[in-house]
Amino acid sequence: MATTATVHQTKWWSGGKSPFNLEYGKLMMWYFLMSDAFTFGAFLISYGSIRFSQNFWPDPNVVFNAFPGAGHANLPLAFVSVMTFILIISSVTMVLAVHAGHKGDKAGVVKWLFWTIVGGVAFLSCQAWEWHHLITGEHAVLVDGKIDIIGQTMRGNPWGSLVSHDAALAALQNTPHETLVNLAHQSNHGSSHEQLAALTDKDLISKINLDELHVRTKGPIAFGGYFYGITGFHGFHVFSGVVINIVMLMMTQKNVFQNRGHYLMIEKAGLYWHFVDLVWVFVFLCFYLI
Amino acid sequence: MQHPAFEEVTIHHEHADDGTFYKKVKKTTLLLSVITVIELVIGLAIYNIHKGENPNEFLILAFKGMVCILTLAKAYYIVSVFMHLGDEIRNMIMTIVVPLLLFIWFIAAFIWDGNSYKNLRNTYDKHFQESTMPAKHGTHKEEAKPAAPASGKE
Repeated sequence: MATTATVHQTKWWSGGKSPFNLEYGKLMMWYFLMSDAFTFGAFLISYGSIRFSQNFWPDPNVVFNAFPGAGHANLPLAFVSVMTFILIISSVTMVLAVHAGHKGDKAGVVKWLFWTIVGGVAFLSCQAWEWHHLITGEHAVLVDGKIDIIGQTMRGNPWGSLVSHDAALAALQNTPHETLVNLAHQSNHGSSHEQLAALTDKDLISKINLDELHVRTKGPIAFGGYFYGITGFHGFHVFSGVVINIVMLMMTQKNVFQNRGHYLMIEKAGLYWHFVDLVWVFVFLCFYLI
Repeated sequence: MQHPAFEEVTIHHEHADDGTFYKKVKKTTLLLSVITVIELVIGLAIYNIHKGENPNEFLILAFKGMVCILTLAKAYYIVSVFMHLGDEIRNMIMTIVVPLLLFIWFIAAFIWDGNSYKNLRNTYDKHFQESTMPAKHGTHKEEAKPAAPASGKE
């Protein structure tokens, strides 16, 4: 902190010095990140604006309650907290890579950049699993008096309010045979599709466990577009961050920075990577927590 | 300390001292993790309040406000420690932070607008209100009517 005192006495604007005491690339990276923050902010605020214009919005704990390998267990927030920790830890390894760069420690830069890349790839894999799980999910939804099986897509949202037992039972009477077979299969994994298809509609309905099915109405359509749009845009940032870090790793190993005499490039890549973590903090807040 | 590439720039970070640096990074990591865990606990609390018979709307709102504040704290630590913005000179920090103040208006105005749109629709479009208003707990009978697709165009 002793340096701060001298900073204030320095005449930054009288020439011969960089007024912001930063090299060009780093300053421009900061301004790029600021503009990117406005892009993300605009997306999230648009989402908030639509959300506030709706009477009903799905509870995130109901939507995001799955964990890889845990089947149908109800684990709200568990998987997304893993994703959040992965990003925080990869941010820390990036800090360490930048620090190693300041000391000109090539081996340290390579080591910590490698772990940062691993973290980024792990995060992207988690996101891929989550998207796949949401899109291919089979949820019983009450549509026009009958039950439909839909996943979370851009066009359909299966997370409306819960339908009562009686209403669901009434809707089952109008539901086509094929859908009944699929619904019955969800409660009876022992029987094959062919065995179930041979049954009459009445027998199928008696085999369906309505308490397990959690029939809902359709939720707001905008949910899918905003969720996939914003997490996708963030995921694309993570992806490009990983690519940048891989390029940095290759340049480090080819001694480009060592010959140049400094590792300032790693610092700029680091700023970008931390920004990706920063955005996730807000995406996590807006989609998963509130 | 002289900047390695540009003689007009001086290094003002405390890079030299390894001990202080690692201590600071460790402390920040711990802080971010603890805040995240608190956020998760609050998130689960909100989930359990929602599940209950009569959700206390005020309590839910208070919890949601708390997570927002904790998130801002996390953002502050990431930007000031990990991104070293806190170590830059004041003029430079201001060129980043002052434009971001626009967000205060941005968030308030658009959320206000969305809310007002909802209120207007509920007042003048009874179909919208009846088809999208979630039923209160214990009155599931209301939903027995096959509802029209919940929300129209948004």
